[in-house]
Amino acid sequence: MAVNDSLAALSDSAFTASIVTYSVGVVGFAGEYAFGRRGRVARTSSEQTTVVDGGSNRTDTATVTTSGPGQRLGVVGLACTVLGAGLQIVSLVLRGVATDRVPWGNMFEFASGVVLVTVLSFLWLVWQAPRLRHVGVFVLIPGVFVLVYAGLKLYADAAPLVAALRSYWLVIHVAAAIIATGVFMLSFVVTVLYLVRQRYERGVIEAGSMPRPVAALGPRLPAAAVLDRLSYRTVAFAFPIWTFAVIAGAIWAESAWGRFWGWDPKETWALIAWLVYAGYLHARATAGWKGVKAARINLLGFFAMTFNFLIVNMVVSGLHSYSGLT
Amino acid sequence: MTDTVARLSTAPDPVEPLRRSAGPIVVVRRWWRLLTSMRTALVLLFLLAVAAVPGSLLPQRSLNQSRVSAYYAEHPDLAPILDRLSMFDVFSSPWFAAIYLLLFVSLIGCVVPRTRMHFRAVRQPPPPVPSRLERLPQSATFERDLSPAAVADAATAALRRGRWRVVRRRVGTGGTRVDDDGTVELSAEKGYLREVGNLAFHGALVALLAGLAVGKLNGYEGSILVEEGSGFCNSFQQYDTYRNGPFAGAGDLTPLCADLDRFSTEYEDNLIPARFLAELTYTREIGGPASTYPLEVNSPLRTDGVRLYLTGHGYSPRFTITYPDGSELTDISAPFLPEEQTTLASTGALKLPDRPGAGAEDPQLAIEGFFVPTAANLGDNRLVSVDPRPLNPAVAIVVYQGSIGLDSGAPQNVFRLDQRQIDRGVLERVAAGNLLAGQSLELPDGTEIRFEGYKQWAALQLSHDPGQLTVLIASVVMLLGLLCSLVVRRRRLWLRCRPADPAAGGAATSRTVVNVGGLSRADSGSFDAEFAALVKKLVADSSGRN
Ligand code: HEM
Repeated sequence: MAVNDSLAALSDSAFTASIVTYSVGVVGFAGEYAFGRRGRVARTSSEQTTVVDGGSNRTDTATVTTSGPGQRLGVVGLACTVLGAGLQIVSLVLRGVATDRVPWGNMFEFASGVVLVTVLSFLWLVWQAPRLRHVGVFVLIPGVFVLVYAGLKLYADAAPLVAALRSYWLVIHVAAAIIATGVFMLSFVVTVLYLVRQRYERGVIEAGSMPRPVAALGPRLPAAAVLDRLSYRTVAFAFPIWTFAVIAGAIWAESAWGRFWGWDPKETWALIAWLVYAGYLHARATAGWKGVKAARINLLGFFAMTFNFLIVNMVVSGLHSYSGLT
Repeated sequence: MTDTVARLSTAPDPVEPLRRSAGPIVVVRRWWRLLTSMRTALVLLFLLAVAAVPGSLLPQRSLNQSRVSAYYAEHPDLAPILDRLSMFDVFSSPWFAAIYLLLFVSLIGCVVPRTRMHFRAVRQPPPPVPSRLERLPQSATFERDLSPAAVADAATAALRRGRWRVVRRRVGTGGTRVDDDGTVELSAEKGYLREVGNLAFHGALVALLAGLAVGKLNGYEGSILVEEGSGFCNSFQQYDTYRNGPFAGAGDLTPLCADLDRFSTEYEDNLIPARFLAELTYTREIGGPASTYPLEVNSPLRTDGVRLYLTGHGYSPRFTITYPDGSELTDISAPFLPEEQTTLASTGALKLPDRPGAGAEDPQLAIEGFFVPTAANLGDNRLVSVDPRPLNPAVAIVVYQGSIGLDSGAPQNVFRLDQRQIDRGVLERVAAGNLLAGQSLELPDGTEIRFEGYKQWAALQLSHDPGQLTVLIASVVMLLGLLCSLVVRRRRLWLRCRPADPAAGGAATSRTVVNVGGLSRADSGSFDAEFAALVKKLVADSSGRN
């Protein structure tokens, strides 16, 4: 079947537009972060601290409504995030229509899908807890980075799939992998913020010195306990999906390659990441491993995911003929 | 807060460090507890992850023997050392097996006692109300114009409707305190499925590991290249390569024979392959009824516990040899291996059988060749392939005469001539040329080699893995267990309904002070919200009767 070139070109334009829109969003969020009334964000943080630590005996739950340049910039950031996500959806849908297949058939499309999932799950979080909005800057920056990298280094022309990939398991297995990876990426961001905030809170309590970035970012981040719990809940959400993705991959491998598990490098790294995240969930329930140590395991898990996506696809050779790169 | 109150999971307790003077039984028990502890589980998970890393970065024999040889050639000093550490067979190495076994034992050692513990916990009523409810992470107090018993009745009904398990204790009749002032206490608990899910997950993991082992020990796998018009039967002698578990003997092979009738490919406009189709005829016993199957990538033939896969394809050039005496060898072909996947330019060798009626002294013929499915005419004498489809097949061949060396007993590569025979001068190059289909090459002795065209071949793989179904079921149970364990929250709720005026005596009071306390694992999301909603509901329910 022929590829519809004009739709494919339109898809590429929407992709570029989404990067531009997200970048404007970064500026908006960064503005909110920098110019937002210090009082508001700081109060939000302390408020959340009491909610978490004090349980039901909240003392300071009055919502502070402010308007001002910071607030307005934040709204701009949020609007750009929504618009950027919409453009990404348009871009992926057009690619799917142009090639008459699901738009997750190569690394470029995979990376775009992952960022979309990260952004959408962040938007869902903000929907649940609007106070988290200003954290958007830390979600969009890596998102834009990944998209630019994908556009420059991973770009593959809209094309049909090779025979080996024509299976409905591609639809299921890769979709699950994209969703899990996207949410793990959000978890990664939250965990980094947790580590920064944790340093800050400890620094404040011990009144010791703090590295510059920690001192600058720390005061406006949500409380460490909030971030810690958020990073757990994102992993708790993504982990079963990742488990499912690995199982679906094994079922597909059984019908495509003659065995459900063959220690192909891609399979092996999927398992490594799975084990590391299982380790993270355990660490959270193991005395002496909660907090910072567990958070580091979370970072390690995302490192394994990234390694599997970039290095294993492009450097280590295996059976997975997925990259779409030549 | 007592331990029984706070205990919401069957997680093993942290193990204290070993004391010096402990007796042997104590030591064994300590080691056992250490092996089955959470911390060890954590360590084993990491160990397994780390152990898998070299297996993914270094070439592995089980995946690609030739890469291992290439690695040997590139790193002649390092490779033998790595090999001694099983670095090229990581996943079948003793140390990998050791981690795997430790994990297996540790999992069993943790699942069995935890299951017993949870079974007991399910049958036991929720623990009694702690004395200081306001110390719990969640707590609230409200008052109602009802007797304690009536408030407790309403609360019990409301909680049961919310599928809480509720136990009622009247203080003074086996409750926590002896002075009977009419106080009624409720203990409620919900979310037992979390622990069930967690145990199902870990238990299924044990089953999965066992299924993997059973499959490895009893399974086998063989691969073979089959040309159009020929076939094979399931036996180790016939396979080009095979691998069998220690318990899978030659006698255990499922009888199955298959012939490749026709092989075809379809391509997209840009020449990426769209479809491979191997049309098979197979029988499940010798002389039994034959069935056909369209074998494709992603759709194996499954029968009698074995699976037959299409794993590759290529071309076999076909020749007719006419000897000077007029005798002929017809339909001579051999599979050539693709060098380039995009154009299927392939190389290979033909080691011809002896001429009909030849004596022992007669020289043998061998051909080395390069096959292209679609030849491009570049003007010079080189053959270049431009298309994977057989639009204009051509071969470049070099013909040798002499002794091929097949009877020397040493194993030979079927895709290449034995270079040692050539170097020794017993196999001599006699002619070379490029041929299109229908053209022929004449040797100095008058023998004519005619290029007739091609056949296609398919690489087939037959696999048998008796552990596969166990592994599939176990992984589905794991997933379901995991979902329960991550979605369901185990939580407890306690109510103490105390007469506002204790002096009036239990039944007579019409005003009750209610203390509520709640406990859930801090990790598991928004118990605050649920607790607040529950309290609101309890207030509403007990006032609704008024
Ligand atoms: C070897 C001994 C093991 C022990 C003693 C053990 C114990 C536990 C316990 C007590 C929990 C519940 C923690 C909680 O309440 O949150 C848990 C959770 C979990 N375990 Fe294990 N485990 C073991 C091995 C494993 C292995 C080998 C894996 C996977 C490869 C694994 C994967 C998980 C996962 C994913 C959870 C998360 C479920 C949750 O958070 O509730 N465990 N484990």
